Amino acid sequence: MGDPPPDPEPPYQQLSDRRRSQDHSQPQMVAPEEVEQIPFDDAQIVPPERQDSQEILAQTNLPGWSWGSSLSPHENLPMSQAFQAEELQMSGMQYPSMSTGYPLEFQTQPYMYESRMQATEGTAILMQQLQEGQGSLFQQLESTYQDPRPDFLGQFSMYQREDQLFDEGAPHGPYVRDDPALHFSPSELGFPPFSTEVPEPGPRELAVKNAKAYLLQTSINCDLSLYEHLVNLLTKILNQRPEDPLSILESLNRTTQREWFQPKLDTLRDDPEMQPTYEMAEKQKALFLRSGGGGEGEPEVEEEATETAVPNVMETAFYFEQAGVGLSSDESFRIFLALKQLVEQQPIHTCRFWGKVLGLRRSYLVAEVEFREGEEEEAEETVEGSEVTEAHGEEEGDEDEEKVVDIVPKPTWKPPPVPPREESRSGANKYLYFVCNEPGRPWTRLPHVTPAQIVAARKIKKFFTGHLDAPVTSFPPFPGNEASYLRAQIARISAATHVSPLGFYQFAEEEGDEEDEGGAGRDSYEENPDFEGIPVLELVDSMANWVHHVQHILPQGRCSWVNPLQKSEEEEELGEEEEKADEVLEEVEQEVGPPLLTPLSEDAEIMHLSPWTARLSCSLSPQYSVAVVRSNLWPGAYAYARGKKFENIYIGWGHKYSPENFNPALPAPIQHEYPSGPEIMEMSDPTVEEEQALKTAQEQALAAAEEEEEDEEEDEDEDLDD
Amino acid sequence: MDAESLLLSLELASGSGQGLSPDRRASLLTSLTLVKRDYRYDRVLFWGRILGLVADYYIAQGLSADQLAPRKTLYSLNCTEWSLLPPATEEMVVQTSVVKGRFTGDPSHEYEHTELQKVNDGEKVFEEEVVIDKAVAIIPRGALFKTPFGPIHVNRTFEGLSLSESKKLSSYFHFREPIELKNKTLLEKADLDPSLDFMDSLEYDIPKGSWSIQMERGNALVVLRSLLWPGLTFYHAPHTKNYGYIYVGTGEKNIDLPFML
Repeated sequence: MGDPPPDPEPPYQQLSDRRRSQDHSQPQMVAPEEVEQIPFDDAQIVPPERQDSQEILAQTNLPGWSWGSSLSPHENLPMSQAFQAEELQMSGMQYPSMSTGYPLEFQTQPYMYESRMQATEGTAILMQQLQEGQGSLFQQLESTYQDPRPDFLGQFSMYQREDQLFDEGAPHGPYVRDDPALHFSPSELGFPPFSTEVPEPGPRELAVKNAKAYLLQTSINCDLSLYEHLVNLLTKILNQRPEDPLSILESLNRTTQREWFQPKLDTLRDDPEMQPTYEMAEKQKALFLRSGGGGEGEPEVEEEATETAVPNVMETAFYFEQAGVGLSSDESFRIFLALKQLVEQQPIHTCRFWGKVLGLRRSYLVAEVEFREGEEEEAEETVEGSEVTEAHGEEEGDEDEEKVVDIVPKPTWKPPPVPPREESRSGANKYLYFVCNEPGRPWTRLPHVTPAQIVAARKIKKFFTGHLDAPVTSFPPFPGNEASYLRAQIARISAATHVSPLGFYQFAEEEGDEEDEGGAGRDSYEENPDFEGIPVLELVDSMANWVHHVQHILPQGRCSWVNPLQKSEEEEELGEEEEKADEVLEEVEQEVGPPLLTPLSEDAEIMHLSPWTARLSCSLSPQYSVAVVRSNLWPGAYAYARGKKFENIYIGWGHKYSPENFNPALPAPIQHEYPSGPEIMEMSDPTVEEEQALKTAQEQALAAAEEEEEDEEEDEDEDLDD
Repeated sequence: MDAESLLLSLELASGSGQGLSPDRRASLLTSLTLVKRDYRYDRVLFWGRILGLVADYYIAQGLSADQLAPRKTLYSLNCTEWSLLPPATEEMVVQTSVVKGRFTGDPSHEYEHTELQKVNDGEKVFEEEVVIDKAVAIIPRGALFKTPFGPIHVNRTFEGLSLSESKKLSSYFHFREPIELKNKTLLEKADLDPSLDFMDSLEYDIPKGSWSIQMERGNALVVLRSLLWPGLTFYHAPHTKNYGYIYVGTGEKNIDLPFML
């Protein structure tokens, strides 16, 4: 590095001596004074250490280059040549500066050595001013450097960090590349660096701040400010050290500007772009960790050996893979972990991976669970409570209406009574469903399905977007958002495509005849302990070997039929008029569907198309293969069976297949208007002219009447007078 | 998908739920290599599987050196023996578009239609495959490049799309001769790079919204699914060279798409 030339060196130690000798109580005015004294001091002190020289440099450096005081002293010379020379108090330093304010403050930076502690207090006030004025500047510094030495000079800690850098003794020093606050514009030559007169810090600092604020203004076209651009430019020049920078300044300016907007693509290095990937990986890692944490210790291992509600997803996935259906094995494992997480979070009795419903932007993973007894009643009650309050609100509204003089005739149309939702754990609501978008994300519970939703879902065909709260805009309008639509489709798919080998389930032997239950059929089944398994070939050959084990959904939208016109006790309290109306319509037929456990051979055909296709998974090895049944009605629904094992899965878009095109429901016919009668007759409103004519006629009549009255009064008066 | 990277491709495309069973995969690996040797193709792509009532058709395509030249189509019922499908004529295309319904899986099955001639199931398969291929076979931008002499080559320096690019429809092209390209205005063409942008982009597909773009596997894989031809899955792992598409479906167009969006 060589010794720094004596010229640029300010007599640092002298300065420090002066500081030490200073009165601490002196205000900041002292600092400028001592600064001024320096140029007159011809003493040339060769700094004993390079560190000192660097500090000197730092002190004498202009604000812009104070951190660029990381540059070793000998480099200052070329810099000084490059920039306009200014009269500096610190001899040899020829950097233009903004004002005295900043250089002073920077000069008074305490490069903190313990020897100079005394100086700090004197400069404390200045520093505070500086901090107030340039809070952001120093924040940047703080962020850039770490404080190596915690000490009482906390307020100066930012400058202390510089020491750390200097201590490392790198020849070129740590360049601060892209810190715009560190470099002031060399072109701002408004103020001589150190004026001889005693400066008033107030207006100077203001001026400095204004100047800097002006420079920091961002340009209209982009986010770049002149300040930042000049910082970039100068950094670039310092990094590259071209031969004759002044002459190529123009082109450098252009390239810097361009580079700001088009970052150079490094073909050899990778972009750190994959933030969303990392986030997702973190979430999924949490899945793995939790499972790992649970498996430690022997007693815990024993617990896990007992039956858990988590299904053996891997085994199911293996069998479905034989059929060419299903997700990849690592995805299946992640699903298994996610299900395990679900089981831990919720009081679940049984759980099953139902399948995957694809959506436009995201897909759904669906889990079919059954809660333990008595666990899930709370959520239901809140929903019902809100409905009750709404009904009360409507009644109150009615009362208000009656007070109005003109009573609008009440319409005789009543909305058709809505069949009530099925109870939990029965019918279509036998299971609860949880969905999540990806393993690792939280599971969301789907609400129970109402018959109205199923009826509406049959009439529309819409893609799922992947967001549960997305509205379903359709005609006829679907009562609910995407969560309800998804739930309705899940119910339909389960009812249509969940099959099992014949004999796996059997009816419980408790109940009486089917007739007692109103023809609704049995709705419960249990596993057959004596099930031996049907040979795979037979399963494939005949559809009669498979049965539905989920209740069929009636056209009403429920699995068990309910006469909507049946009056409950509450309804009987209403007036007699309604009873009369109802009697007319009581002839609703009871809807009957195929009973539980009907074989697939009874399923209706779709336009000469068998609704199911059965295959062996592998024709080359029939003895080990699996019987696979594919639904043609709901593309994506598969079931496999082998021996005593079977499983159903659905992976698809969630729509039914129809050979004809989808015909949306037509709008309802126009309603009839009121028939014109004596009470209500439709007439056209009088036009404006007619109204005005009437008005003038009335006024004339009134005027005439008044005149008559006056005449009469006069007559009376006359009479009286007489 | 490329027959060479078949296993990885099948794994990545499995998000749609349909794939191949292990025995099929094994037989595909061997048989496609043999096909490549016998027919002297430059690349063999496993196109997909058309589900029929009785049996499924497995379709493969063979490419010559020029990537956009018409591709030869082969079909098989058991992934072991492959036969060339006969090239189709215009009349066939018209006829098959009229015949609705699912494939049976028997190539010699004849469809009856009152007005037109009987159509062979095998021919129908071919027609559908051609139609589907023209409609929805896609390729990421930059995977192929065009030389000034005309032929189109695989770009060996293709490092994959970036994450932000892979979420945009404009980064994917139809893997066929361009149709819309010449209709573009000069202003639009000025932004294109003639060596890379010589095919139709997916942006201008009608109906709009007929592609669904999703990120799977924790944002490490981008999957495009066609909503017009349900069953077509295109996958690409950003920043890698892996991409491909596979069709597993019934071979029917989803005409209800406008109602469903």
